[in-house]
Amino acid sequence: MTMEMDPEGFFREYSDDENDFNQEKESTKEFIVYLIDASPKMFAPLDRDLNKKNETHFHVALASVVSSLKNQIISHTYDEVAICFFNTKEKKNLQDLNGVYVFNVNERDFLDRPTARLIKEFDCINEKFSSQIGSHYGIISGSHENPLYNGLWVAQALLRKGSNKTVDKRIILFTNEDDPFGNIIGPTKADMIRMTIQRAKDIRDLDLSIDLLPLSRTEDKFNVSTFYADLLDLDDNEVSQFITYAVERMDDMSNQLRKRMHKKRKLRTLVFSIANGISIGVNTYALIRPTKPGSITWLDSISNRPIKTERSFICSDTGALIQGPSQKFSVYKSENIVFSVEELSELKNICNGQLHLLGFKPLSCLKDYHNLKPSTFIFPSDDEVVGSTLIFIALHQSMLRLKRFALAFLGISSNPRIVALVAQAEISSSNCQMEPPGMHIIYLPYTIDIRHPEESIIDDAAVRTKATDDQIQKALSLFKKIYLKDFSVCQFSNPALQNHYAILQAIALDENEMPEVEDETLPDVEGMLRSSIVDAMNEFKNAVYGENHDQEEYESIETKKSATDTLKKRKNNAVSENLLHQYSAFEWEDLAENGKLKHLTVVQLKCYLTVHDLPLSGKKEVLISRILTHMNK
Amino acid sequence: MARNKETLVLLLDVGPSMHNFLPEIEKLCSRLVQMKLVFNKNDEVGVVLFGTHDTDNDLANEIGGYQNLVVSQRLKVVNGDAVQSLENLPRGTTNVLDAIVVGMDMLIKKYGVTNKGKQRICLITNAMSPVKEPYDNAQQDQVDIISTKMKESRMKLECVIIKGNKNEAGIHIIVDKNERLLQKFSMKTTTKIVHVGNPTSILGAIRTRRIAPVTIFRGDLEMGTLMKIKIWVYKKTSEEKLPTLKYFTDKAPPSDKFATHEIKVDYLHKCFDDPNKVVPPEQRIKGYRYGPQVIPISSDEWDTVKFKPEKGVKLLGFTDASNIMRHHFMKDVNIFLPEPGNQKASIAVSAIARGMKETNKVAIVRCVWRNGQENVVIGVLTPNISSSDKIPDSFYFNALPFAEDVREFQFPSFSKLRPVYQPNAKQQEAADALVKMLDLAPSGSEESLNPDFTINPLLERYYHFLELKSRKNDAELPPLDASLKRIMEPDPDLLSQNQAIIDNFRSLFELKINTKKRRVSGKKVWEDIDTVLNETDYKTPNNASNELAVPRIGDLDPVKDFETMLERRDSSEWIIKAIECMKNYIFNILESSYDGDTFPKAIECLKSFRKGCIVEQEPKPFNQFLYNLHKIWGKTDLCNFINLMAFEGITLINKKEAVDSDATEEEAKLFLKRI
Repeated sequence: MTMEMDPEGFFREYSDDENDFNQEKESTKEFIVYLIDASPKMFAPLDRDLNKKNETHFHVALASVVSSLKNQIISHTYDEVAICFFNTKEKKNLQDLNGVYVFNVNERDFLDRPTARLIKEFDCINEKFSSQIGSHYGIISGSHENPLYNGLWVAQALLRKGSNKTVDKRIILFTNEDDPFGNIIGPTKADMIRMTIQRAKDIRDLDLSIDLLPLSRTEDKFNVSTFYADLLDLDDNEVSQFITYAVERMDDMSNQLRKRMHKKRKLRTLVFSIANGISIGVNTYALIRPTKPGSITWLDSISNRPIKTERSFICSDTGALIQGPSQKFSVYKSENIVFSVEELSELKNICNGQLHLLGFKPLSCLKDYHNLKPSTFIFPSDDEVVGSTLIFIALHQSMLRLKRFALAFLGISSNPRIVALVAQAEISSSNCQMEPPGMHIIYLPYTIDIRHPEESIIDDAAVRTKATDDQIQKALSLFKKIYLKDFSVCQFSNPALQNHYAILQAIALDENEMPEVEDETLPDVEGMLRSSIVDAMNEFKNAVYGENHDQEEYESIETKKSATDTLKKRKNNAVSENLLHQYSAFEWEDLAENGKLKHLTVVQLKCYLTVHDLPLSGKKEVLISRILTHMNK
Repeated sequence: MARNKETLVLLLDVGPSMHNFLPEIEKLCSRLVQMKLVFNKNDEVGVVLFGTHDTDNDLANEIGGYQNLVVSQRLKVVNGDAVQSLENLPRGTTNVLDAIVVGMDMLIKKYGVTNKGKQRICLITNAMSPVKEPYDNAQQDQVDIISTKMKESRMKLECVIIKGNKNEAGIHIIVDKNERLLQKFSMKTTTKIVHVGNPTSILGAIRTRRIAPVTIFRGDLEMGTLMKIKIWVYKKTSEEKLPTLKYFTDKAPPSDKFATHEIKVDYLHKCFDDPNKVVPPEQRIKGYRYGPQVIPISSDEWDTVKFKPEKGVKLLGFTDASNIMRHHFMKDVNIFLPEPGNQKASIAVSAIARGMKETNKVAIVRCVWRNGQENVVIGVLTPNISSSDKIPDSFYFNALPFAEDVREFQFPSFSKLRPVYQPNAKQQEAADALVKMLDLAPSGSEESLNPDFTINPLLERYYHFLELKSRKNDAELPPLDASLKRIMEPDPDLLSQNQAIIDNFRSLFELKINTKKRRVSGKKVWEDIDTVLNETDYKTPNNASNELAVPRIGDLDPVKDFETMLERRDSSEWIIKAIECMKNYIFNILESSYDGDTFPKAIECLKSFRKGCIVEQEPKPFNQFLYNLHKIWGKTDLCNFINLMAFEGITLINKKEAVDSDATEEEAKLFLKRI
């Protein structure tokens, strides 16, 4: 499951030297130019799908750019994009090159952060395309035009912005023409090919990458070796896998999970003191944290301008304004116990912020209920103390092999806690790291954090509470039927969050219909009704509940219902008798006439209202006015 | 309020064998009463001491017997005195175990059969005191009578048994006998027996804050549409935080008896563009970021479209426990209990829980605890098999992350790191020994620092200080109690027992403060370590004195170190080694350079390296190194170094300088230009 746009960047070059982990290049953002072929061939109707008659490769390309933009605007808000067509009739670009049209909307540079408006207008470009931009295949004999070359040139120029150190720059090329220079012959052809490939090479030398997304998905229709293998500088192996990868990536682009991306950032650097002065340096990272929808900004609903909030402290007793209160208090033994802010911070300062190893325990000592909040990941660092990584790795391996975890005290002043350090071995699939190697800090509860509700609900009735072996066996066969084989925690996206983003997008883009987001977390109801599951379930049910369970349940509900019904009826009767009695105690008309209703209590007033079936809500004045209205006064 | 009030009798063994533990018991009990003062002000507490020299209790006065038992505090609503009296328990001289009867007598006399289920007796003893003879014969009867009475009034008994030194002759038998007696209680009544062994866990033997359990969900665990199990869900863990304190003001005149001393916090919303314009709170609207724009959406608008899942707990399926990583647990833990009194539900839960335990399976469930909840929770049920007949089996519930919650940061594989980061066999052995021997849960003895019996040092300190301040207004914050240090620092005994292992570990791993990296000032911690490490350097023998035996390129004078290595003639290996070391050294200081601070040093080294290679006629390693530098760093922020290199005229070693070189003079010049 890849969630990043391009986790590996499969055209990117790697320097595979001995310099390992200190050299990770972490770009904060991406600049992308979507370079879309607009040649007539892109507009040829697709025959494979008869249902959608007007579907063309051009549509497919637009759709994936749109979905990619929609994803980018939420997950990588600071990415910048440009959309550029080549093989067009009209031209619009800074170099004034023929056959290249850079699409843009107002209040935006060619290469800029995507805006709702860009997405919205780009989404409907299809209708206006032929009139405003127009399709024209430029590479024909004798014209000496080379829109592909021009397109690459424009894209490269757009990406001149920003520093290579902090930005990943990419050109994503959409086309269905595997042989762009097929129409021409002779020395011009060779010349043009050479020029174009040289241009691509220059682009790569500038550390910009070019990704090609061919729109024909089969190898016979799009032969990458005809031309593009040279342009992209692919080796044989890459050529053979090219189409497979490309198809995967296209799919990825259109079904991406909306999620805000986090830059790999360490939480803090800790000193991990092991024993007798042996201390190493470790960094902590938040690998797992509940994701909330992005932060909100309060706006003035009239002007839609942001609001800033000022806080002021006011003395409740005198109403005086207080500058930065310096004391706090708590009521104890009916007295105000006052603490100064300094005292409180000194109180909290019980440890020097280090991670102190206390010892090791077998993993079985770590119970399932020993948990309070999401874990934190730790990874060694030699930045402060050289030799830290070596010690960390040695301990890590010992802990894994001996199946033990380390108990440590994490003395950060905001919340000092006893923690378990659980070693995690690296788990990786083909080309993706699933679990990084390191240790996880599990925050353990203290005795005061652990509750024992199971002890407090014991009741006197001597019920048998333990299952027999036969019942357990039935449970086991049920497990086999409802078995989630490769369950992974990443399997579900958060339906509330997905819904939030979808709605936000719909409102931002002024879409008419509110989107339906699929809730993946719902159980597979139909699947559960497969006969084998039903059989196992029934067997289990009969084993633990007895054969006549449903009947018994039904009866007990019925008896309960009738019991409560009679009770209610009896109660109602009693109440209404009482009510009428009270009601008749007053001369309502007289009271109303003389304005004396206000002397009655609310309960007495409600008598009238109940008898006349009027609403009972509201304050006394409301009740009185309601009575008066009822009497037409 | 009163509905929820508890009556507690503390039965404390103060006999001679308990004297060592009394300081901890004093702390525990006074904190227990103090927490009642803070959170359950209407609770009542009585204290009975047994094993005392004197005798003073109702039963002794009325019917005789019951010697050496003192009711030190009659049942009454908690107050500050109780906290103090518990802090100074008398040390007794004799032993008895009739305390339960006296405690029960106190409760029955006060309440008769009313107030059921809200009476609790806490017994703290080491069970080393023999039960007095006259009762010995009739023990069985007595236990029966007591437990029936306790059951009638639904009293709860909580026994904390301190496991002391059982080696004394005869004690063993007494302890066993006493324990059997208590076990009998637990068969018939609601009795919980807790064993603790060390002072630290005595402090946590009783939960000091009483919280009435509240369900977060009551209803069905839906297994498809066919079957439902009635369950109640409670919190199993919940973080107890430092109480939030209110801001204090003393602006009110001292004569004002009704002064609240509180500070009201007032929020004023102002227009960003015009700070003079105040926006009333109801005129505000939430804005959500979408790309560079902020989209205003009113809460009504959200309400109509937001995600509204239906209340319910649904089973998604079962899977192998190994598919769930321990570090994926997201929150505090809940417990799924079968509906009380519902045998069918208990059995169904029991069958599944025991089946899970047997086959290492877990269940995945989707939960919406209440109506109107705006999100769903996916969680894992793990079995909790009860060892008591009275407590049903149950499940623990841990929330799991969604796909969005997992951040896919990549980290280098340990196995692919350079050999310098890989422990050798000896080092690995030393680490194994450390992990094995610094053992907090040795088999056969009590697990140290078990979370269930470990108190929160911060809260403990806060409440202690609160108590001190309540007695004396200007009390100073006392230094951290030694009993709390035992939670925060490694046990000195454990360390000294394993001194040899720790020393061995320490001698095999070399630690050095990384001086190349410019550190953020004010990081005192690192400086502390610096001094510790420097001392170590000084002490460890194989550093300074053995310089000749194991030369290496150090930070002090790398050029000289390199030359020294080259000059050694006892083995031809030295040249290769020197070159290797120099390469690594230059590489490392460049890699860790900050704003070019190591460049001059690196240039010096590179010059010396080049000279050395010419003298030794070994041009290839140097040339290769230059190529590499250029290749790796030519396009990064270290390109400045490459430029500096060019400026200093450091280029390839050419054929003229060393015959083995592949580079001509021309090429060497070109190389400079290419930079």
